[in-house]
Amino acid sequence: MSEAISVLNGATFDGFVSIKEAGLRGMISVRGDFAAASFTKAVSALTGADFPAVNEAKFAGDYAILWMSPDELLILCAYENAQADADKLAADLAGEHALVANVSDARALFAMSGELLREALMKLTPANVSEDAFKPGQVRRTRLAQAAAAVWMLEDGSVEIMCFRSVGDYMFKLLCNAANPGAELGL
Amino acid sequence: MLRINCPVCGTRDETEFTYGGDATVVRPAMDETRAQLWLDYVFNRDNPRGPHTEYWHHVQGCRQWLVMERNTLTHEVGECHLAKEAC
Repeated sequence: MSEAISVLNGATFDGFVSIKEAGLRGMISVRGDFAAASFTKAVSALTGADFPAVNEAKFAGDYAILWMSPDELLILCAYENAQADADKLAADLAGEHALVANVSDARALFAMSGELLREALMKLTPANVSEDAFKPGQVRRTRLAQAAAAVWMLEDGSVEIMCFRSVGDYMFKLLCNAANPGAELGL
Repeated sequence: MLRINCPVCGTRDETEFTYGGDATVVRPAMDETRAQLWLDYVFNRDNPRGPHTEYWHHVQGCRQWLVMERNTLTHEVGECHLAKEAC
């Protein structure tokens, strides 16, 4: 099989926050009935993470479960294991009204860190990303300028941003522009 | 710019949403044969100056259909709930 390469091959930018194209990550899109114990158990058993509540992200080692909508989750895992994990989960959910798809190659992932990252984000998204509203372990499914995106905050206060691979270049330029040195909001 | 209070995601800008039309329209019974009723259902809409109940789709957020009150004169946004919930 050909060698997989992420959309910007690890591009980085140092502005008033640091931005990095975070490389390849396994991403499994899962839809199903959150009220069904068999569904939540299968997802937690695969990842070792708790089942997230609305707008939450739960982490466990290489794995994370991100809330996407009232019937949709995104599981993050190691890129190499994504297809095997997706197959395993699909087998566990056989007979359930559920859908599992490996979407790793359809997405781009960016990491943003720095004290002022909220200032960079609030230029781009209509979601409230103030300290009171957006905390570690939370996810916001929203848009950044013209592109659909999901943003979640890790335990260390940095954020990861996911978008479609086809808008990966646009997203990187957008984030770099928002984080341009001298463009701090001074809040 | 409207600010819409999505019951799932919280308050977001109108740019995350797509308008889905009048939410008060009721489909005639499937065995209805009077053409005028079907014509009204498919094509004819009021264009009120004032309160309006309408569908919005949170297409770039939680992807849920919402039913929202909006005043077409003032753009004032009122009550908003999930379309799958009873009013």
